[in-house]
Amino acid sequence: MSASRVPWTFVAPALLVLGAFFVLPVVAALALSFTDFDLYALADTKNLRLVWLDNYIEVLRTPLFWKSLVNTLYFVGVGVPLSLGVALGAALLLNSPLARARGFFRTALFAPYVTAVVAVALIFRYLFHTRYGLINYGLEHLGLAPIDWLGDPHWSMPAIILFAVWKNFGYNMIILLAGLQSIPQELYEAARIDGASAWGQFRHITLPSLRPVLLLVTIITVAGYFQLFAEPYVMTRGDPLQSTVSVLYYMFQQGFEWWNLGRATAIAFLLFAITLLVTRVLLRVARRGGEGPV
Amino acid sequence: MNRPLARIAVNGALALVALVVLFPLAWMASVSFMQPGEASTFPPPLLPAHATLANYRELFERAGMGRYLFNSLLIASAVTLISLAFNLSAGYAFAKLQFTGRERLFQLLLAALLIPTQVGMIPLFLMMKWMHLVNSYGGVIVPGITTAFGIFLVRQYTRSIPDDLLEAARLDGAGEWRIFVRIVLPLLKPIIATLAIFSFLSSWNDFMWPLIVLSDQARQTAPVAIAALSREHVQDNELMMAGSVVTVLPVLALFLLLQRYYIQGLLLGSVKG
Repeated sequence: MSASRVPWTFVAPALLVLGAFFVLPVVAALALSFTDFDLYALADTKNLRLVWLDNYIEVLRTPLFWKSLVNTLYFVGVGVPLSLGVALGAALLLNSPLARARGFFRTALFAPYVTAVVAVALIFRYLFHTRYGLINYGLEHLGLAPIDWLGDPHWSMPAIILFAVWKNFGYNMIILLAGLQSIPQELYEAARIDGASAWGQFRHITLPSLRPVLLLVTIITVAGYFQLFAEPYVMTRGDPLQSTVSVLYYMFQQGFEWWNLGRATAIAFLLFAITLLVTRVLLRVARRGGEGPV
Repeated sequence: MNRPLARIAVNGALALVALVVLFPLAWMASVSFMQPGEASTFPPPLLPAHATLANYRELFERAGMGRYLFNSLLIASAVTLISLAFNLSAGYAFAKLQFTGRERLFQLLLAALLIPTQVGMIPLFLMMKWMHLVNSYGGVIVPGITTAFGIFLVRQYTRSIPDDLLEAARLDGAGEWRIFVRIVLPLLKPIIATLAIFSFLSSWNDFMWPLIVLSDQARQTAPVAIAALSREHVQDNELMMAGSVVTVLPVLALFLLLQRYYIQGLLLGSVKG
């Protein structure tokens, strides 16, 4: 068989597309971030100049970039633990031998994950409405004062976080549920014979066995939440007082509203670097803290 | 806690969570049938007093929603079909065919999974501009027709096919492509369904890239169009909810139909990701 070339006919089309539309743009992005590519360069590339690190320096000196970074870190720092907590709680409930109609509940809790962000963000924009929103109506019933969710800079990000948790926890729930189901039942039986309480079983069997899966979903969720964009785009447009401008939203504004494409690319790289750094630190902390291999 | 009480607690908690999760979706549907202005009252009504299709009529006749849904359907279908062809053949080759540099290429592929698409987004936009694909269906479709994730998924699944089966076919003198089409593809049916629903959903729901590439209204996808619509009609909650319903419903239905495959893919993709 002169088959050595045949395998390439299988992989070449895919690799060519990935090379042209993924690898090349990423490499080009690095080069682009060292230029002052703007509206003038878009009209005529002769206007393009190499500015090396100026874009990065300029971005790092812009207060709005730091604000967008703080906003994004707020979203990640609060949103990820909350999403994971809800996901773990839901997975534990679904995994309970006492649960009925598990198929239905699993599908119901996962459903928001497959919806288009924009479409469901519109629902929440309405639910969070100061005057007509059902959420404030509920608060009123509890005797609480109405909150200007999307108009008050203190509440805009919490509102977006609540929405994101609702939309996304189902994904982690499914993965955690699979993790729970793979824990051998004998471990629990042995613990019960030793007289361990439900809480003791959770702490000494469930959590340690779930560690690798928990770490995995944490990393996936952190990386995903750093890409916050559509939620503020639809619900708040980055307002009030730029309290919901995320790094990616800031990149979008720089690039596609003001056409500072060189600078926008630098922002994209900074975001990538920060995401990588945070996930690396998480991995290292998890490895150090864990007893077994992760 | 005794058992009946625990049973009530577990199922009650599940029902409560399900209620909170499903309520926004049910309410979206309810508001979409309300008279214009009806939802902007306090307290917010739960059900329409007199159900009407006026919002849907407005949405399709005046706002041109039919066109946007058609665009979404066309783009998502094209992405799904083309990416199936590319990802399946490449994923199979990475799992079962021998070629030089296979392992190294696969490592690169895994590394690519870590890079968010936004990093290359701006050069990609410039490329599309130079290729005259901005404001065209092609511009939205092309970057999605191969995904490192799709190749990875197919490879993981394909490894379970026994080599003996392929060897036997080779001894019978069948060519590699013939083996792939006649023997391998039928065995890959479950992962084909998984990959298809993944590609279709992510293409249909995608927002940022279509927003950037499609500035011309006539070619916009449903999510981009309702985002634009919501900025114009800030007060028309009933209309916007109708827009959300028609954007969400097709993929939700598809998911309900194929959820077994979807969840299998989700687990396959995460376990060794």
